[in-house]
Parts: sequence; structure tokens; C-alpha cells
Amino acid sequence: MAKINIEDLEKIAQRVKKTTLLREGAGKAKITVHMGTCGIAAGAREIMNALLAEFEKKNINDVILTSSGCAGLCSKEPMATVELKDQAPVMYVDLTAEKILKILSEHVLGGKIVKDYAFAKGGEKLY
Amino acid sequence: MLCAGTGCVSNKSFKIKEALEKELREHNLENEVAIVMTGCIGFCAVGPLMTVLPDGIFYHSLTEEVIPNLVEEHFLKGRPVEKLMFVPPAEKEAIPKISDIDFFSRQSLIVLKNRGLIDPEKIDEYIARDGYKALAKALTQMTPEGIIKELKDSGLRGRGGAGFPTGLKWEFCRKSPGELKYIICNADEGDPGAFMDRSIVEADPHSVLEGMLIGARAIGASEGYIYIRAEYPLATKRLEIAIKQAKEYGLVGENIFGTDFSFNVHVKQGAGAFVCGEETSLIGSIEGRPPEPRQRPPFPAQAGLWGKPTNINNVETWANVPNIINRGAKWFSAIGTEKSKGTKVFSLVGKINNTGLVEVPMGITIREIVYNIGGGIPGGKKFKALQTGGPSGGCIPESLLDLPVDYERLTEAGSIMGSGGLIVMDEDTCVVDVAKYFLEFTNDESCGKCSACRDGSTALLEMLERICNGEGKQGDLELLGELSLAIKDASMCGLGQTLPNPVLSTLRYFKSEYEAHIRDKKCPAKVCKALIKFRIDEKKCVGCTVCAKNCPTTAITGEKKKPHNIDSGKCVKCGLCLEVCKFGAVIKE
Repeated sequence: MAKINIEDLEKIAQRVKKTTLLREGAGKAKITVHMGTCGIAAGAREIMNALLAEFEKKNINDVILTSSGCAGLCSKEPMATVELKDQAPVMYVDLTAEKILKILSEHVLGGKIVKDYAFAKGGEKLY
Repeated sequence: MLCAGTGCVSNKSFKIKEALEKELREHNLENEVAIVMTGCIGFCAVGPLMTVLPDGIFYHSLTEEVIPNLVEEHFLKGRPVEKLMFVPPAEKEAIPKISDIDFFSRQSLIVLKNRGLIDPEKIDEYIARDGYKALAKALTQMTPEGIIKELKDSGLRGRGGAGFPTGLKWEFCRKSPGELKYIICNADEGDPGAFMDRSIVEADPHSVLEGMLIGARAIGASEGYIYIRAEYPLATKRLEIAIKQAKEYGLVGENIFGTDFSFNVHVKQGAGAFVCGEETSLIGSIEGRPPEPRQRPPFPAQAGLWGKPTNINNVETWANVPNIINRGAKWFSAIGTEKSKGTKVFSLVGKINNTGLVEVPMGITIREIVYNIGGGIPGGKKFKALQTGGPSGGCIPESLLDLPVDYERLTEAGSIMGSGGLIVMDEDTCVVDVAKYFLEFTNDESCGKCSACRDGSTALLEMLERICNGEGKQGDLELLGELSLAIKDASMCGLGQTLPNPVLSTLRYFKSEYEAHIRDKKCPAKVCKALIKFRIDEKKCVGCTVCAKNCPTTAITGEKKKPHNIDSGKCVKCGLCLEVCKFGAVIKE
């Protein structure tokens, strides 16, 4: 990575949006596993590892798998947010490796939200 | 209602808001049409979205260009613009929307605006969400004095707890003579139950770095330290990765963005002392000295780290800075109360349904935090008090549930804003026990320099222990009060000056609970072990023997199918029998 100048900020932003935002064509779906200390203490690493293993097994390459810090509702960790292209993101809570694999197959690949594990959909308001 | 979810905001819904406001003003409609920003309503593919109520009309795919026509046609002439309308598809699955859930919808995210949305170990993702634009603006379009003025006008006050005006503090440091100046980020976060700073550093470390860079430019500092407690390994790791990536991009180092501004930053780990949250002890710790506070004046702004002018700010204070530079002091000062501007990040813990991290505008009431955002008390128990400010703070009782949260109001009520830990207590919490808990902590953490703090806290603790043990005596309450005031008066630093606060605050609002302990030898919340007793109700006990099997001291005896008995001489009040009894036969009194 070379030193950047101010114009590079916008170029980086555009480049990154193409790989992280579904509406810019980054993929057909995105899973964000929330990994702050709260999530990790509750088992987020197992969730992430289960997904990574499944992605490799099924050779999934058009779904983005990423992580973030704490999403705020620490009492319901482990949590993950699933977003399908052109649909609102769905926040899943109180997860286990078993639940996330079900979500992967039914929601991410199958297109149907797993209602029993879903907490809410949409996104937070920015100020 | 304009959607202010992340999708729509990246598509410029805030610019649409400005265009709307302008058009409404031009047509003299600003008093008839209210603009409300809402959370994501879910139809992200066709954003930015607007809902007009009470008409119930949805407009989609908005741009600034269509707004003048839309305002004229719909709001002035009463003719909705059909080509911009859309009908939301029938909800196939009834899942609540985040914008309908109080925990989320009542928060106002400024510092936490990237939460859940970026990988903190990828600087590019921070940049993609307007990262480092504030630094670019500060370096190329503003003077250092201009930056300080913006901070002063914003009304930002220190988020570490003392609430000193940040812009003013920067100005003092800038005006101090000397070429070499330092800035420091206080990430020591010693309050038990507080994790705001940890979360900010773990989830969005660049927001802190960018704030520090802007501050360094304003003050004239070329070097900075981030003092982070050793108990935060994940936060430290993410911070170090962030600094490494920022260095690779030249955002930390020489001639940043090709300007004459250079800045380097070091991470220094704490070593377990609560007192290092106090600025002069923190500076001592960086210098390799024992953590003991120093007399002020001189303040760090005049003579701090290695005797040079130094500006220390808390993590959350630094994280606010890029937002203020990007969106302006006027925007920031429109949020909050008259003297407490902006938002505050709180860690909401204790007897509360929705434990978590919340960011709310200053001035929100305690009731709203506890009941709407927090979802109330588990098990339908009764709210007793909200502890704010950690070991330096106090309890806000039920009678003050409608108190707005801001620096002055909390201080008037006998507590402090503190760094942001909010501990909710219910009817099963004993306030004397809570005061004792905090005194155990501060007594242990006292550096020992001032007799008032060192021996005073020991004396306070001994008294509280006696009271909780049923050995309270006449005159104890008066002595607790007097001693507390003396310790506040005669201690050199904030630790000593505030350690009596939990005692004073609980005495103020819960005097009867202390009296019950001292006079009646009873603990109304049934917590203090020496003052409670466990017994078995013969009428309810069926003799299942489960309690006897679980009792760790074999204090419970009885034959199968016959009522059992607890020997209070052997009972250690662990409460296991109460937990395992399925017949409600164990009584704690």
C-alpha cells in the first residue's frame, strides 16, 4: 500500500463499495458476523468457523462473508446480519453453529428468512 | 418521513433533506410540513425513500433534482407526483423492523455510526464510509485556530466524565509556549461495568485515530500516545492493526496528505491501576513512574508529559471530532440540551432486559433509557435505582426517573455523568451492599498518597462492612456522612474526591435502608448474608430431598416425603436450596 493523497480517498471508497455493497454488484448476498468482545465471548468464532467450513465445502464464492465489531445489543449475542441483494438486511440473534448453517441454507441460498431466529430487519437510523 | 438508514444515506438522503427544507422555506411551508428522519424501512433497493403522512404515500428513488417539483406539486398544490410513487409490496414475513424496535430506533448514532457495518481491521471500509475526509478538510481547508473554533462552537465536552469543554482545553494547550507538544488518548476505562471505550476501539479504531490527528493539527502536536488498559487485548490488537494500516497509507507519519503536518502515535498499555484513568497518573505511567497523581496547577495543558504541554482526551471525545468537522458545529450543537451538546454512549448493564451499548442524545430521560431502550426490568421486578458514573458516581432513584440525562442535571441529583456506565438496580439490590462494593474497589485502587483517601476509604469500608454484618451502631450514619465530606475535601485527585459519592448518594435517597440495617438488623432487599435467614415452609415442603442433596454444608436434614429443616448454624446462605426447590417451599427472609 502506497501513501495516499486526498483524491485517493474517493477512489478507495468507490473501489471498496464494489466489493462490500450488494447494490454495487459485490455479490448476491452478504453475511456479517458481529465480533466484538461480547460476540466472541458468546461464541461468534464458532459461528464464523462453521460458515467458513461450509463455504469451502459448498464452494460458495458469490456470497460475501465478513465481520464487524459490536452491534450494540450485547445480551443477544452471537448475532449475524444477513443481507440479500435488493432486500432489507435481517438481524439474527442468539445464534449457534447449527442455527447459522440453517440460515445459510434456507435464507442465504434459498431466499427464505428463518423467522424463528430473526430478530428484526432493516437498518439503524443515522443521525 | 425520510429514511436515514445507511443505504439511503449513502445515496444522499441528508442532501435531500436539505433540499426539502430549502424548498419548504421558499414556499412558506416550513411550519406546516415536518421532516422526520427515520430508520431503515426496508426497501433499500429503491432508496432514498420518503413517506408522506397522513396521506400514506411512498416516494422512491429520490434525487435532489426532483425535490422542487415534488414540493410544489404535492405540498403546495396537493397533487402527489405519480411517477415518483411506489406501492410497497405486501409484507410476506411479519418480522419486526429495526425502526420499530425501541432499543434501536431511540438511539442516535454519531460516534457509533459505523457499528455493525465495517470490518475494523480494514482501513478501506472506514474510508468507504467517509473516513479521513474530516482530516483532509481540516488539513487543507481549515486553519488550526479554525478547527479549535469549530470545536468550541460545537459545545463538545469531555466524555471521560468531567465534561470540560473540549475546544477550550485544546486552546489552552495550543497557547502554551513550546514547540514540542503531545496529545494523549485515555483508553484506560477503569469503571467496573463500563465498556463504551472498549467497543469504540474494537469496532471503529480509525474514528479515534482521525480525531487525534485533527486534534494534533489544531494544537500543534506532532506526537501522541494511546494509553489503553492491558485488560483489553482485542481492542489493543485492532488498534495496532489500524495504526499499521494508517501508517502504510501515510495517514500517520511525515507530511500527511502531502501537507506540512506530521504526526506519529504510540500505543502504551496500562498495568492494572484504576488511578491511571486520572490524567496526571496516566502521564506518570507513560513516563515510567509509579501511578500517582500530581498536584495541579500546572495542568497538563501547560506542563504534562515530560513537562511539555499535553492535551488528554477520552476515546469517545476523540471519536466525536471527525463528525463535528465533517458536518459542522451547528449540526452538532443542535443535538442535546443547552449545556450538554451531542450524544453520549452508555453501557447499559445490570437488572435490565436489553443489556448493551447505546448512544443517545443528551437530555433523554432516564425513564426512556431504562424502559424503552432497555426494555424494562427482567422478571417484572421493580426498578430501584440507576447507578451512573461508576465508583465516582451515585444512584438515581425511582422518584427521578424523568430526569433528563445531562452533565448538570446528574450532578445536581448527587451523581455524575461519568464515563458512561449505567447499572440498573431492582428491588433485589441492596444499596448498602452496592456502596460497600464500590468502596471495596476504590479502597483497593487508592494509590495511597493522601491519608484522607487511603485511610478514609478504609474507615468507610470498615463501617459499611460492620453495617452489612449486623454490627451497625447509633451514630454510624452521621459519621459516614461527615467522613465522606472530609475525604472529598482533603484528597488531591479525582479518585479520592469522588469515592465517597456512592455513600453520600445512597444515604441521600435510601436512608431508610441504612436505618433498617443498623437499627433493625434487617436487609430489606435480602442480600446481606448476615442479616438474612433461609427456612423451609413445612406446609409446602413435600420431602423430595433435592435441597438436602444440593446443600454444600449439609445444613438441610429430613426424611423422604417429610418436611425438611435448615440448620441455621450450618447454613452459609448460598441460596442453592431456593434455586432448586420446585415447590416454592424455601423462604428467604
